[in-house]
Amino acid sequence: MELTLWTYEGPPHIGAMRIASSMKGVHYVLHAPQGDTYADLLFTMIERRGTRPPVTYTTFQARDLGGDTAELVKGHIHEAVERFKPEALLVGESCTAELIQDQPGSLAKGLGLDLPIVGLELPAYSKKENWGAAETLYQLVRGLLKDIPQETLKQSKTSWKDEGRRPRVNLLGPSLLGFRCRDDVLEIQKILGEHGIDINVIAPLGASPADITRLPKADVNICLYPEIAESTCIWLERNFNIPFTKTIPIGVKATHEFLDELHELLGLELSSSINQNNQSKLPWYSKSVDSNYLTGKRVFIFGDGTHVLAAARIAKEELGFEVVGMGTYSREMARKVRSAAKEHEIEALITNDYLEVEEAIKESAPELVLGTQMERHSAKRLGIPCAVISTPMHVQDVPARYSPQMGWEGANVIFDDWVHPLMMGLEEHLIGMFRHDFEFTDGHQSHLGHLGGHSSTNEVSSQNAPIQELSNKIDSQKALHWTKEGESELAKIPFFVRGKVRRNTEIYAREAGCTEINGETLLDAKAHFAK
Amino acid sequence: MSGSTLLKETGPREVFCGLTSIVWLHRRMPDAFFLVVGSRTCAHLIQSAAGVMIFAEPRFGTAILEERDLAGLADAHEELDRVVKNLLKRRPEIRTLFLVGSCPSEVIKIDLSRAAERLNSQFNGQVTVLNYSGSGIETTFTQGEDGALKALVPLLPSSKEEQLLLVGTLANPVEDRLKTIFKRLGIQKIESFPPRQSTQLPSIGPGTKVLLVQPYLTDTARELKNRGAEILQAPFPLGIDGSRLWIEAAANAFKVNQSLVESTLSPLILRAKKALKPYAEKLSGKKLFLLPESQLEIPLARFLNNECGMELIEVGVPYLNREMMQSELELLPDSTRIVEGQHVEKQLDRVRDSNPDLVVCGMGLANPLEAEGISTKWSIEMVFSPIHGIDQASDLAELFARPLHRHNILNPKTLETA
Repeated sequence: MELTLWTYEGPPHIGAMRIASSMKGVHYVLHAPQGDTYADLLFTMIERRGTRPPVTYTTFQARDLGGDTAELVKGHIHEAVERFKPEALLVGESCTAELIQDQPGSLAKGLGLDLPIVGLELPAYSKKENWGAAETLYQLVRGLLKDIPQETLKQSKTSWKDEGRRPRVNLLGPSLLGFRCRDDVLEIQKILGEHGIDINVIAPLGASPADITRLPKADVNICLYPEIAESTCIWLERNFNIPFTKTIPIGVKATHEFLDELHELLGLELSSSINQNNQSKLPWYSKSVDSNYLTGKRVFIFGDGTHVLAAARIAKEELGFEVVGMGTYSREMARKVRSAAKEHEIEALITNDYLEVEEAIKESAPELVLGTQMERHSAKRLGIPCAVISTPMHVQDVPARYSPQMGWEGANVIFDDWVHPLMMGLEEHLIGMFRHDFEFTDGHQSHLGHLGGHSSTNEVSSQNAPIQELSNKIDSQKALHWTKEGESELAKIPFFVRGKVRRNTEIYAREAGCTEINGETLLDAKAHFAK
Repeated sequence: MSGSTLLKETGPREVFCGLTSIVWLHRRMPDAFFLVVGSRTCAHLIQSAAGVMIFAEPRFGTAILEERDLAGLADAHEELDRVVKNLLKRRPEIRTLFLVGSCPSEVIKIDLSRAAERLNSQFNGQVTVLNYSGSGIETTFTQGEDGALKALVPLLPSSKEEQLLLVGTLANPVEDRLKTIFKRLGIQKIESFPPRQSTQLPSIGPGTKVLLVQPYLTDTARELKNRGAEILQAPFPLGIDGSRLWIEAAANAFKVNQSLVESTLSPLILRAKKALKPYAEKLSGKKLFLLPESQLEIPLARFLNNECGMELIEVGVPYLNREMMQSELELLPDSTRIVEGQHVEKQLDRVRDSNPDLVVCGMGLANPLEAEGISTKWSIEMVFSPIHGIDQASDLAELFARPLHRHNILNPKTLETA
């Protein structure tokens, strides 16, 4: 058993539901107990869709377990096919159904139905949501395309030139309950259009089974979300010789690289007239003097592999932050995240344990957390500003306004959203100078429009306590004592860096072999760690 | 029964499982923690429901079963002990720990009640460990609260003292208000169950008269009866009539002078009728269709028909305890169509065919029906709103008038033609 306060991903059948609901003409029969229909709310409430997900649940109850649950599945398959008349059918189990093993996939294939059926094997006790989505997309694409003769469709890099048409690509990966997929698709589609590149099929979001059969007609696959589409892209490359892009266009530099890579794959000349830096406003905003105070802000990054890799690069190279911690819950992306972390001279945290992430945040005492909905909980506890960069998310991250993360406009959105939680420059200066104000108290952020002050003292103490614990752990024989004067010197340190300064001072004191910390020790430590 | 038509339907159901009860119980008793023993699905359910709130200190979690647990490679009880120890290390202030059963834990039959007993003896005094099932195969939505309260009943201290016990979750201000009214009737000792702190449990015994606040407490009521309490028969305190009859049931049991009841309640009733009038006018004549969700459907339908003039097309309930609903059923208009259970597709066909003005349904259906042009009231809200008592009648009506009112604000043209 694994103690889980918050889970970063749902079970794998949620991933399968994401594929079915993102598409058109696909129906999903899910063998599941009564109550698992809560998943519909993810689509009707969080994604705010005006249609029911195309999912028929068997919703068995305890009394059904005494009877023939297999017959129950068959009945629901018949009913679903008759009522919804889908072009293709997914059949699978939820975690409880997996325990009773009715083999609904093979049952469905034995019913003599005249439509493509994909039986899904999603091990609910070892795999998770993104894996389930990737596997479902892969099985569906494979199921629909495996009978198409490959030879006739083999493409070359220049076949679009030979045929005298514009190059066309597939956008693979965007799905419902993905992070800002709706607008990422629009942004990338727009940018590609400006470069004279057409879209062949977007999948799974908005695609039908008939669209899936047109996938091999593209010149290149664009793998926008590797967590969902990488396995499918690899299969398409192997079977239809379609290359796919590896760069994810989140961030200004990454978008440039993505365009370079895509043009290279297509054998297309990059038009220098459109590909200018001023396509996005982020570079100028970040260069303008107002952003000076962002330099070296300590940031902790967590989320799915794709968004973490992108965020770390933006944070360091485009915003001038210092990345003091990064990690992911996507084990498939662990290697890439580890090597990226190495560039920041830190150790990557690969875990799906919320408590471990919280501990790592505490330890690195950042000034900003870029994470998931779950990191908002830890950040609240620790009193650290936070912005959401990745799923899991909640309803506020499916906004009405255009909010891509990808491409030029995506970088604009990112600049605003990541800087917003930080204290604004002038306020930060003034709080550093005058500590006795009755309104603008320690930890107060007036641009967020609420009264800070007294709550922040709690946050400070809760932030100190674990650090104290930690230092006790490191060195239990030699207890460190902060003198009154030392504490008051510490209180002069601006709120968000105080945790870090306390830690550094204690490390310094230990190295220097002193057990008492006074104001001078703190200043010594500051000089010692100055870069 | 009582002139209503009782039908049963089987098929696909669109309801929550009992685990969802955690979403409100964790606020009612902030010193309790709810540990689900289940799968990632269970964890995902609760956080999808409650995770929009940001918790500095989580009040619930899941011990997720892994393959080694299923294969029997790990001893379930040792694993559970380890998980609970880790949890209590992080949250030493927890006083009551609920081990909540789920579909997976019920299907593979992990004996959580025995685990609770064992852990209790280990943590003797520091924390009380209890067990109930919130699994979808056994419980629907609010039935989870029935399970949780039932688990607390054996812990209630015994007492023969004469007292009134209000059973079922109430909003704090409503609880205070109802107690004030009962005090005016001269009933001295009034307690609530569940309490606001899990450690401050009310006593129980032969002197206790129980008023059920909520209609979904079948098992809890039985357990309370087994401890010697008397369960008073009454409709549920929704709307003016329901609340009056409910209060009168206690007054009769405590032999309160009829004229004192009259003089205490009549000003409240007069005021409530005045407040209810504008909403009743909006709702009057409107056709109502309720889908099964919480067992609150029958009392709600009774209030909306009798006091607001709505026409009932169908009243769906996930579960019908005829004995407990007896007083409610008697107040329903003749030939009311009550459907126990659900075939959601066929029920939706009936919704579309009957062209209702308002459909009370779960959130999985609300937006899709709105998109079809059918006004909805999402039913979960009734569990999260202060709706009980005479003074709350207009607020309860407002919950149903609001979507219709909103529709009119956003579509002024239909207002003119209406």
